[in-house]
Amino acid sequence: MNFLKWPGVKVSKVGLFSFVSFFLFLALAHLQSAKADTTLDLVKKRGELSCGVSQGLQGFSAPDDKGRWHGIDVDFCRAVAVAVLGDAEAVKIVPLSAKVRFTALQSGEIDLLARNTTWTMHRDTALGIQFVGVNYYDGQGFIVRKDIGVTNARELDGASICVNAGTTTELNVADFFRSNGMDYEISSYEKSEEAVAAYDAGRCDAYTTDQSGLYAQRQRLIDPDAHMVLPDVISKEPLSPVVRQGDDVWADVVRWVHYAMLNAEELGVNAQNVDKLQESINPSIRRLLGVEGAYGESLGLDNKWAARIIRKVGNYGESFDRNLGAGSQLKIERGLNALWSNGGLQFAPPIR
Amino acid sequence: MNTVFSLWSSQKGRNLIVQLLMVAGFLGLVWWLVDNTVANLARQNVATGFGFLENNTGFDINQKLIAYDESSSYQRLLLVGLLNTAIVSVLGIFFATLIGFMVGLARLSDNWLVSKLAFLYVEIFRNLPLLIQILFWYVLLIEILPHPRNSFALGDMFFLNNRGLYLPWFTSLSGGNIVLWAIALFGVGWFFVSRQAQKRRELTGQKSSYTRHYFILGVIALAGYLSLWGVPFEPNLPALKGFNFRGGLSFTPEFVALLVALSLYTASFIAEIVRAGVLCVAKGQFEAAKALGLPTNVAMNKVIIPQAMRVIIPPLTSQYLNLTKNSSLAAAIAYPELVSVFAGTALNQTGQAVEIIFITMSIYLFLSLLTSFLMNIYNARVALVEK
Repeated sequence: MNFLKWPGVKVSKVGLFSFVSFFLFLALAHLQSAKADTTLDLVKKRGELSCGVSQGLQGFSAPDDKGRWHGIDVDFCRAVAVAVLGDAEAVKIVPLSAKVRFTALQSGEIDLLARNTTWTMHRDTALGIQFVGVNYYDGQGFIVRKDIGVTNARELDGASICVNAGTTTELNVADFFRSNGMDYEISSYEKSEEAVAAYDAGRCDAYTTDQSGLYAQRQRLIDPDAHMVLPDVISKEPLSPVVRQGDDVWADVVRWVHYAMLNAEELGVNAQNVDKLQESINPSIRRLLGVEGAYGESLGLDNKWAARIIRKVGNYGESFDRNLGAGSQLKIERGLNALWSNGGLQFAPPIR
Repeated sequence: MNTVFSLWSSQKGRNLIVQLLMVAGFLGLVWWLVDNTVANLARQNVATGFGFLENNTGFDINQKLIAYDESSSYQRLLLVGLLNTAIVSVLGIFFATLIGFMVGLARLSDNWLVSKLAFLYVEIFRNLPLLIQILFWYVLLIEILPHPRNSFALGDMFFLNNRGLYLPWFTSLSGGNIVLWAIALFGVGWFFVSRQAQKRRELTGQKSSYTRHYFILGVIALAGYLSLWGVPFEPNLPALKGFNFRGGLSFTPEFVALLVALSLYTASFIAEIVRAGVLCVAKGQFEAAKALGLPTNVAMNKVIIPQAMRVIIPPLTSQYLNLTKNSSLAAAIAYPELVSVFAGTALNQTGQAVEIIFITMSIYLFLSLLTSFLMNIYNARVALVEK
């Protein structure tokens, strides 16, 4: 490429050739980028769902000692995979820090973000992403050492607070202290485990995150019984799976996977009785399980999509109990996450 | 068309045309990248533009050299992060140079123990990954040091605990800032006066009393001001209030851990650069200095080091650049420098990755070019001037 030399320039054939092919390449690349498939097509073609989860939050998404991921968010990933691909294991779990999660989704590195992510107006409207439905209603709280003698969050004036950087919790804690005219010192760590470790080492007087996270993280402290979760809930944290904006087909699939799991719980369909209930005479159950109607086909799936979810992953209540509730170490009450018929907020539109 | 043909017929003309086409191609590539990015972001409904810099951030950070709170703008946050990067880099460069020179010269020592200790230092610190070292110092500080209530204290003035190091400091009363500026100006003046003094000595061979007179003048002026208007400062001592110490001058464990790690790590490279530089000076230089009867330390300071500097400066500049860029590893220990607060937290809160990464890269480029520029000036001064 001697024609690149300055100032003694000579035009060589190789130089001209590479010059022209460079422009051809640009033109081709431009044509290529103009066409795009829907996420549903891409996932089907790839045969695998790429699902972004947290790097380790017990109950939501955390690997066990064999490296298998568990949690309500991981269950959701598997539910989408089994509905779309027919295989609950066709999931690539992508652990993401709070900081990079939206970029990973926007850039197409993941198809779905199920990472205990709070639904806020700014995120919904300015980031090019879409929240599909709340799979866990949470609120932010504080955990402190019992021996510092604090019984509620109003007594934390002047305290050092550890927090995970780039989260809504970081903003809420600022709002809380500012609106109560209190002083504080904040330490923001890139990963939540770094924040918890720093709190455990005594760097901070309190660690703050969503209440569910506090109970989960407490298990990982050196002496869990020396710590207590303060009763105050200082924010609303509706946690929801997220997809890219502008792909309504895919958003519908993901949203209805969540609703199918809720409807299944409401109708009493679970992993044990799902096969037996294929013969149920209840029309709602028949529609859910694809015995009647073509609801799956209108989603771009087949009609047994919901039956597969319930068989492999279970209904919403089963997933909750296994990961967060009575069947887990965390023993978190259903509370706001009970079905509407039991006094909670989980309410799914009907399948009909 | 004729002109194009006539241009093409000469070698010079052909060269010109190809060069122009290359420039056009490059600009086209840049335009294509920018256009594509903007179009895609618009298609995905992602907010674009730099308007977010005016918005308020809504979160706080734990080390700020200028006023900042939750209601400050992202612009302000950028400045705070930049200053945090700058302060740890400048101090890191200072300490790394100091330690590096000491260790580098110690390695050349005839004393077996001193030389081997310096060798050990270099091999340990330059062979461990920097991130591990940063985490090591940080964990050491927050795990080993006591809770604020059981702080290590020195005479109710100095306190050390796992929330930081607290030193007595002062607050300026009215007129205090003027005095501080005057002292700073005096320092700048000192630089010029001492240069004049040196010039005079080189010219006449006599010791000049310029600097002594200048100093006495300064002390008289300060004493005069203080006796007329009183001391415009008030001591500001750290004291335990509630959970933490307040007041005084404080350094967070994050800052200390980062500064220590960066200084020690970079010093190990600087030590080797210094050693190489000194070894580059011909042995005869030292022998000649000794033959003239110069004591070892004078021979070192006046003969060997000035010549070694010519070899030392260029690689030293690279180390300074490395140190500045390495400070971005601090995100792991919650030190709020540029990458951590701006390219990290601010990016996540606003979601405007492209703009924020662009700004951050531009700033690092600017910092690095500035460092290179200053070092090049210095290099030009110590370089061998051919007569």
